[in-house]
Amino acid sequence: MPEVIQTYMPLWACLSALFAVVPIVLLRRETFLREGATFVAGFVMLGFVISMVPEVLAGKVLECTLIEITADVPIKFRVDGQGMLFALVASSLWIVTSLYSVGYMRGLKEHSQTRFFVFFAVSLTATMGVAFAGNLLTLYLFYEMLSLATWPLVTHHQDKEARGGGRKYLAYLLGTSVGFALPALIFCYVKASATGLEFSAAGFLASTGVEGSTALVLLLLFTFGFSKAGLMPFHSWLPGAMVAPTPVSALLHAVAVVKVGVFCIIRVFTGVFGLAFLKELDIAIVVSWIAAFTVITSSLIALTQDNLKRRLAFSTIGQLAYIILGVSLLEDRAVIGSMAHIAMHAVGKITLFMCAGAIFVATGKKYVSQMDGLGRKMPLTFVAFTIGALSVIGLPPTGGLISKFYLVTGAMDAGQPLLVTVFLVSTLLNAAYLLPVGYRAFFPRDRQLSSQPFSWKTTAEAPWAAVLPLCVTSILAIVLFVKPQLLLKLASLMVSDVG
Amino acid sequence: MAEQYPIIVLLVLLFGALFVGLAGMADRRVCFPLTMTALVLAVMVSVGILQRVISGGVIRYFVGGWSRPVGIGIELRIDTINALVLLTITTVGLLTALFSFRRVQEDKTEKTPLFYVLYLLLIMGLSGMVITGDAFNLYVLLEVSSLTSYALIAMGKSRRAAVAAFSYIIMGTIGASFYLLGVGYLYLRTGTLNMMEIHQAILALDGPSSTIVVAFVLILVGLMIKMAFFPLFGWLPNAYSYCPSSTSCVVAPLMTKVGVYVMVRMMLTVFGTEWVFENLQYTQWMVGIAVLAILAGSVMALAQVELKKMFCYLIVAEVGYMVGGAWMANHWGMVGTIYHIMGDAFMTLCMFLAAGIFVKQAGVVRIDQLDGMFRKMPWTMAGFVVGALAMIGIPPTCGFFSKLYLIRGGMESGHWGYVMALLISSLVNAVLFFRIFEIAYFGKKPAEGHGHHVDHSEESVIKEARPSALIPLLATAVIIVLLGLFNSNLVELIERSLQGSEVIGTRALSSKGGLG
Repeated sequence: MPEVIQTYMPLWACLSALFAVVPIVLLRRETFLREGATFVAGFVMLGFVISMVPEVLAGKVLECTLIEITADVPIKFRVDGQGMLFALVASSLWIVTSLYSVGYMRGLKEHSQTRFFVFFAVSLTATMGVAFAGNLLTLYLFYEMLSLATWPLVTHHQDKEARGGGRKYLAYLLGTSVGFALPALIFCYVKASATGLEFSAAGFLASTGVEGSTALVLLLLFTFGFSKAGLMPFHSWLPGAMVAPTPVSALLHAVAVVKVGVFCIIRVFTGVFGLAFLKELDIAIVVSWIAAFTVITSSLIALTQDNLKRRLAFSTIGQLAYIILGVSLLEDRAVIGSMAHIAMHAVGKITLFMCAGAIFVATGKKYVSQMDGLGRKMPLTFVAFTIGALSVIGLPPTGGLISKFYLVTGAMDAGQPLLVTVFLVSTLLNAAYLLPVGYRAFFPRDRQLSSQPFSWKTTAEAPWAAVLPLCVTSILAIVLFVKPQLLLKLASLMVSDVG
Repeated sequence: MAEQYPIIVLLVLLFGALFVGLAGMADRRVCFPLTMTALVLAVMVSVGILQRVISGGVIRYFVGGWSRPVGIGIELRIDTINALVLLTITTVGLLTALFSFRRVQEDKTEKTPLFYVLYLLLIMGLSGMVITGDAFNLYVLLEVSSLTSYALIAMGKSRRAAVAAFSYIIMGTIGASFYLLGVGYLYLRTGTLNMMEIHQAILALDGPSSTIVVAFVLILVGLMIKMAFFPLFGWLPNAYSYCPSSTSCVVAPLMTKVGVYVMVRMMLTVFGTEWVFENLQYTQWMVGIAVLAILAGSVMALAQVELKKMFCYLIVAEVGYMVGGAWMANHWGMVGTIYHIMGDAFMTLCMFLAAGIFVKQAGVVRIDQLDGMFRKMPWTMAGFVVGALAMIGIPPTCGFFSKLYLIRGGMESGHWGYVMALLISSLVNAVLFFRIFEIAYFGKKPAEGHGHHVDHSEESVIKEARPSALIPLLATAVIIVLLGLFNSNLVELIERSLQGSEVIGTRALSSKGGLG
C-alpha cells in the first residue's frame, strides 16, 4: 500500500476555479479585471496541482475526506499518479485556453462573455473534481456537474443550431449517465458498500463475487454510461457540440469533457474492477473490439468531413477510442500508453482546435475546401496546425509518437495482432484526413495563389491573444517528445500500483 | 415545559388560528404577523422535539394526563421519523406563509383573516396527524386538514377552482370514510384505538384474523385516495393547479406526503411490518401498481402544457416512488421512502413556489410562456433550477440520494421493474425540466445570428419577484441541497426508529437479496 497523506490540497485545487466565479461576476463591467480573475484562478489552480507533484512522484497518495454523504460512502478526494497526470493537463491547458478565449471572444465581439467565463470556471472545478475523485460516488457527482455546467457553453450562441446541438448534448450525456452509469453505480453500492466504493488497484469489486455475464453487463454499463468518452454508438453528441464557440471545443471537447469520459472509464478498469480481476474475468476484449470499431469508423467519417471543426471532432472520437482500447488490453504498457495519450492527444488536439478558431476569427472560413493558400496569410497558425496534426497522428518530433508507441507495443504484449493492425491502419487514416489541410494551405492547387513571393507584411493572423496560445501548445507538443519523462513516470505509477 | 412540547406545537397553531380570526375582524394587518409568530414558534418547538427525540428516545405524551384508563386517553407518540416529518411540515408552513405575504392581501382583501385561520388550522391538522399515536385521533385531524384544504382550494379566483374543490371534497370524503371504517373494524377486533395497543392486540391474536385484514385494506384504500396513489389520483391535478398559489404551495408538498407518512406509520407501528409483509402477500401487487403510478405520472406530465399541471402529475409519480419503496419489504426501500417524504416535500414546494412567482410576476401559466426567464428573473430561475435538478436526481441534491436508496432497495429485493421505472422517470424528468430550461434560456424565437436581440419593452414589464417571495424559494433551494449533503445523518436517524422492526429493521447483508 502506498503511503497516504491527509491534506486539503486537492480540495483547494478543485475549489480555486469555483471561487473565481465571484470576482468574475462582480467585475463583469471591467472586462480586463474580469479576465484577470480567470487567469489568477488558473495560476492558483496550477500552483496547487504542481505543489502536489513531488509527493505523488515519491509514490505517496494524498487524500482528503469530506462529509460522509451517504451511509458508508463519503465525498472523498484522492490524488494518485493517474489523477495527477490528468489534473496537470487540464489545469495547464486552462490557462492557455483562457488567453485564447479572450482573443477569440473579443475578436468576434461575442455576447454574454461573463456568463461564458463563469461556466468555464465551473467546468474546470468539475474536471478537477473528477481527476481527484477518490471514490465512485464523488466521481459521478462531478461528472454530472460537468455535463450541466457545459450546457450553457455549448448553447452559447442561443440560435437554432445551438439549441439542436445542446439538446443532443444533454440527451446523450444525461441519458447515458442516468440510464447506464447510475444503475451500475448503485449496483456497486449494493454489492460493495462496505468498501466505500473507493478506487483501489485491486478493484473493490474483486472481492464481491461478481462474475460472468453480470460483470460484463456492469462493465458495458459503465463504458457506455460515461458517454463523454464518445464511444460508438453514443458518439454523435460530440460533432453536435461543435456549435459551441471554439475555445469551448478546444478545451472542453478536446481536453476536459471528453477526457473526463475516458478518465472515468480508465478508473472503472483500474480502480473499480482492477486489471488483475478483469484479466481473470476475461471480458475486457468486448470493450476492445467496440473501441477498435470506433477507431476505424470515426476515422473514415472524418475523411469525408469538409467542415474543419467537425473533421476534428470525428478525429477526437477516434483518438478517445484509442485510449479506451489501450486500457482494455489490460497490459501494463498499453495502460501507460493510454494515460500518456490523454496528455499527448490533449496537447495536439487543442492546438488543432485553436488553429481552426483562429482561422475563423481571421477569415471567417470554416471549411477545409476554402483554405487553399491560407498558409501564406497565416503562416504561424498553419505551422502550428501541422505540428498538432503530427502529434495526433503520432509522428516525430512530437509527443504523440511516444504514447502511440506504448499503445502498439501494449497491443503486441496482449497478443492481439489484429488490434495492432487497427492502430496502424488508423494512423494512416489520421494522416489522410489531417495532413491535407496543412498541405493545401501552403501548396494550393491554384497556382495563382502561390505565385507571389511570401512576405511577413502580407500576413493577416488572428489577434495575438489567439495566436500565442496555439504557438505555445504546438511547442509543448514538441517538448513532450523530447522530455516525456514526467508524464510517463506519472502514468506508470498507477501500473506499479496495480502490479 | 419541554415535556409539554408535543401538545404545545398543536396549541400554538390552534390558538394562533383563534387569535388571527378574532384580531382579523378588527384589523386585517395583524393577521400576517400573528400567523408568522405562530409558525415560527411551531418550527422552534418542532426543533426542540427533534432534539429531545435524538437525545432521549421516543416521546410518549398523554393528553390531559389520561394515561391509565386504557383506551380513553389520547397519546401523542413521537419517534425520530415523525419528529423529522413534523419539522418538515412546520418549515414548509413557515416558508409558504412568508410567500403568501402581499399575495393574499392583494388577491383577497376581505378574506385575508379567513385565509390565515384556515391556513393555520391546516398546518395544525397535518402536524397532529403526524405526531398522534391514536388511530381515531388521526381521523379527526385528517378531517380537520381535509376540510380546511377544501376551503382553501375553493378560494381560487377561477370558476374551475370551485369545481375542482367540489370533486376533491367528494373524493376526500370517500377516502376519509374508508379510513374511519377501517378504524372501526380495528376497534371491533382489538377494543382499543391506541396505535401501540392495537399492535399488541394484533400480535396477541392467534391465527389470521380476517377482520384485521379487512380493516387494513379499508385503511389502505382510504389513504390511497388521500395520497393520490394511482389510479385514484383524478382529483389532484385540477385541485392543485386552480387554487391560489399560496394554497397550492402548502397543499401540494404536504397533503400527499402526510398521506404516505400515515401509510408508513400504519405499516410500521399499527399493524407491524412482520404482519404486513409476511401475512399479507401484497408486496408484488403494491410495487407493481407503484410502477404503473410512476410511469403514468411521468407520461402524463410529459403531455402537459401548463406548468402547474405538469408538477401535479409529477407528484403522482413521486407518490409512486414512495409507495413502491415502502412496500418492497426492504430496509433501504423503507429508509428511502421516509427520506423521500422530506426531500419531496421541499422539492415540490420549490416547484410550486417558482410557479407561483411566474404566475404573479409574468402571468405565466403555460410552459412555452417562460421564454427568456433566465434573463428576466435570474434569482427565481436559480431557485427553480436547484429544485429541478433534485427532481431529475442530480447529486448532491436530496433527489439523488432518495433515488439512490430506493433503487438500492429495489435491487436488493429484486424488484427490477421498479428500478427501471425510477430510472425512466428520472429521464422523463430530465426531458421535462430541460425543455423548460431551454425555453427559458433561448427565448421563444431563437434569435438570429448571435442572440444580441433583447426585447426591451418586455424586459421592463417583467421584474424579479419581491424578497418576500424570493426568500422562501431560495431557502427551499438551500434546504434541498442541505438535505442531500447531510443525508447520512438523516438516514441514521430514520434507521434508529426502524430498529427492531421485523423484515425491514436491519440492513440486509450485501451478499443477500435479489442480486445474483
